[in-house]
Amino acid sequence: MSEIIESVKNLSIGFNSQKGKQISILRNVSTNIKKGETVGIVGESGSGKSTLALAMMGYIKQGLFPLKGECIFKSEDLLKMTSRQLEKIRGRKIAMIPQNAGQALTPNLKIGYQIDEALRLHTNLNKTERDKKISELLNKVRLPSPETMAFRYPHELSGGQQQRVAVAMALAGKPDLLLLDEPTTGLDVTTQAHVLELLRFIAKDTGTSMIYVSHDLGAIAQVSDRIVVMYAGEIVLEGPARKILKEPIHPYTYGLLKSIPKLSLSGLPASMPGSQPQPGSINEGCSFYDRCNLANDHCKKNSPDLEHIKELDTNVRCFNHKELINQNNNLQTSITKKSNNSEAIEVLKLKDVSISYAKQKFFDQLLNKISDQNPTVKDINIDIKKGETIALVGESGSGKSTILKSIAGLLKTKDGQIKFENDRILSSDLKMRNPNDLRAIQLIFQNPDESLNPNHTVEQILSQPLKLYFNLSGEELKKNIIDLLKKVRLGEFYMSRYPRQLSGGEKQRVAVARAFAAKPDIILCDEVTSALDVSVQAAVLNLLQQLKEDLGTTYVFVSHDLAVVRAISDRVAVLYQGRLCEIGPSQNVYKFPSHPYTEVLLGAVLEPDPDIKPKLVAEDIVEEKPPEKGCSFQGRCPRKIGDICNSEVPPWQIGENGNAIRCHINIEELASLQQ
Amino acid sequence: MESNLIIKDKQKNKLEKAFEILKTMASKPSGLIGLTIVLFHVVLALTSPYIAPYDYKAISPNTMLLAPSAEHWFGTDSLGRDVFTRTILGGRTALTVTFFGSLIALLWGGLLGIFCGLVGGKIDDVVMRVVDAFLSIPWILAMLLIVSLLGTSTEVLIPALGFFYGKGIVRVARAATHDVIAKDFIVSARARGHSNMSIIWNEIIPNVRDAILVEGAMRWSWMLLGFSSLSFLGFGVSPPTPDWGLMISNARGLMSFAYWSVIAPIVGLSSLIIGINLTADAFAKALGIDRSTKAPV
Repeated sequence: MSEIIESVKNLSIGFNSQKGKQISILRNVSTNIKKGETVGIVGESGSGKSTLALAMMGYIKQGLFPLKGECIFKSEDLLKMTSRQLEKIRGRKIAMIPQNAGQALTPNLKIGYQIDEALRLHTNLNKTERDKKISELLNKVRLPSPETMAFRYPHELSGGQQQRVAVAMALAGKPDLLLLDEPTTGLDVTTQAHVLELLRFIAKDTGTSMIYVSHDLGAIAQVSDRIVVMYAGEIVLEGPARKILKEPIHPYTYGLLKSIPKLSLSGLPASMPGSQPQPGSINEGCSFYDRCNLANDHCKKNSPDLEHIKELDTNVRCFNHKELINQNNNLQTSITKKSNNSEAIEVLKLKDVSISYAKQKFFDQLLNKISDQNPTVKDINIDIKKGETIALVGESGSGKSTILKSIAGLLKTKDGQIKFENDRILSSDLKMRNPNDLRAIQLIFQNPDESLNPNHTVEQILSQPLKLYFNLSGEELKKNIIDLLKKVRLGEFYMSRYPRQLSGGEKQRVAVARAFAAKPDIILCDEVTSALDVSVQAAVLNLLQQLKEDLGTTYVFVSHDLAVVRAISDRVAVLYQGRLCEIGPSQNVYKFPSHPYTEVLLGAVLEPDPDIKPKLVAEDIVEEKPPEKGCSFQGRCPRKIGDICNSEVPPWQIGENGNAIRCHINIEELASLQQ
Repeated sequence: MESNLIIKDKQKNKLEKAFEILKTMASKPSGLIGLTIVLFHVVLALTSPYIAPYDYKAISPNTMLLAPSAEHWFGTDSLGRDVFTRTILGGRTALTVTFFGSLIALLWGGLLGIFCGLVGGKIDDVVMRVVDAFLSIPWILAMLLIVSLLGTSTEVLIPALGFFYGKGIVRVARAATHDVIAKDFIVSARARGHSNMSIIWNEIIPNVRDAILVEGAMRWSWMLLGFSSLSFLGFGVSPPTPDWGLMISNARGLMSFAYWSVIAPIVGLSSLIIGINLTADAFAKALGIDRSTKAPV
């Protein structure tokens, strides 16, 4: 048994509410971090995972205070230390890597200087030794050409490179414990996989212990030796990563794992009902009682203690965990979708659509001409059939949201046509569209906090489209609103509530209801689940699918998450730098042969399974502009064949399964390469 | 599905909401003091004609420049008029003119600002440059010009003050609109095809209303000072109507030996301005707008 370097004992952290009541955010948390071990702390938003991690470096957010318990680091309680004493520990013994390195780095200092600063503070090296150390550190985090990299400013680096610099700075003081707060959450899939791989390497190489905080079980699965699952401020399950992910014996973890969409499964993930209780609202009984399908009267009255199960080396907070041990083989199941492609009428056609963000020159503006030889989005041809769900996938900057906006009429197209119903051309200017076309195409946004007016009640929000399109009023309006709420599984009493009184999932349901209020033919979904917790995401996906089956709506679904797309879509279009790479039925796109970019994307997806490692086939360089000539993916392609990729736009090839790929490599050759 | 959120603020009607805000304002000492002062001035302005002990224009050579006494609480002025009577009546014109002036300023400044913020582009550019140009003119000179051309009646003063103090509100309303305009609920309303008017009325105004109201309350106190300055210069209300600015102006030469005739109107004016300022600050805090960290543009 190796040495314990930090141990948290019975820690409770809370705040005083406005009414003077003490409300705890963390309740009786105890855990140990061993030397050289990586512990993943996972939980949904509001579960207290960040509060716990920060307390482990002796930091308590303003307004919060420890109620009881201690954080012992090398036989000293961090929570009792003065700030002077903590200064000596932070950075030198415990270092932190923040979520957004772009904001954590000082923008006007060169990165070499910033690392040097960390070295000056935490080591006794002289100038020449420090300079050597800087390039050593930059080398270690695998940044290209460390010598020149040191003289760059943070804004000259990509998000992934900034995160690497943050890792280098954290390593400067040779810490015993590294704290990582969602370090890969803001990064693209491919970059995320690379950074995680680096972290795993560093943990092995330096023997540093790590605490990895994340909401993403996929990322946690890749790095952790041990996993701590938090729910409503308590540890509900703690044990070796493999055991937790493969045989979860707590109903919350079980539900959470089931609600994650997986690449290996077609069909929708099962959702968990309800949402996490607010701090202060749990009085007696198990905090998971409301959402648990194993719960009985005993759970309602008594709170379970963390129970150690020897044979699994696991701690679990549940009375009925034994019932779950047999259920675990069901983890790999999903809800099958009804496929309804019986009608093959095309409702929306994008023909040679190009969109440019370039600022117009004065003369072009006068002539009302857009001249941009290299537009952000170019040559998009997609035919969307009635009743299907088509997904646009790609990393940030792939133009997927841009295309969505121009379908909605919010962005003017440069070239090409958008045709709606019987080949009628839709104007790219919102004001020129007729009201019925506006009604027929509705949008659902990513973040319901921003898409719902905070000063309107749910009733007011839903009445907007009903009044505008159908001129309803009085009793009829009210009846329609109640119907809509019922459709999205919300009760009538939600009418008088404001968005701030709703949880994230409920808000998104209201946004869905608002889109359906217009009785639309097409709904454009812009990353509709990425701001939501996993269990809520599954519920929203199921709701969208159900509504589609009932009403025959067509969805255009934009997402960066390939697993979500796999779950909901009938067809997938993969985009890179505003150009189409591949398009086809979703079950085929997820099989080979696929476009090299799709291959890269699929390889980088993180599954909540320690046995499935991401395949890193391409560099995670970020390209700012699409290339002017040739294939859009030429800069990063692992299968580039030569000059032809740089000079000629690749032709479309159609595979046996019906998916079309734009690549110079022969489609059969691709298939054999990828096998 | 029941929400786990405890519904703290149930749907309230507007009156209850206003009462709630007042309660929050009064919960801090500064807010309570401000509210009390303003309320006191308003009540005094409403009741003073009935409680004034003397006729405000009664001149008497026998009672010139008397020191405060039981008979004349605040003494008398150089024409033998009772200073107490004139002081409690002196806020009436100022309060009325500036109250309606502020309303006008709020209305045109707020609406123009919101409109510019929403449409943006060239219209916004042109309007804002005109507003900037007006802001660069010293207001007192411009006011004097208007007053000497059109006279000093309240029908002239109210719109003139309203116009000059509305310029600043245009900027605040425009900035507040820019804060909400990028939010998806506005984009969503646009994509649905709502008209500009409907977007302003339904989506923007509920979200910028608070910021504009607070700004309006601050403008009110500035306008009060401005109006009194005009009276002080002899361009506000005309004698013998009692007015603080005018009273200060008339009695300032006699300050060295008849200080009472200056002090009373000064206290009246400054206490009202302080009261309004404190109230506006408490109002802002009760609405969740922190003026100390976010400067109005």
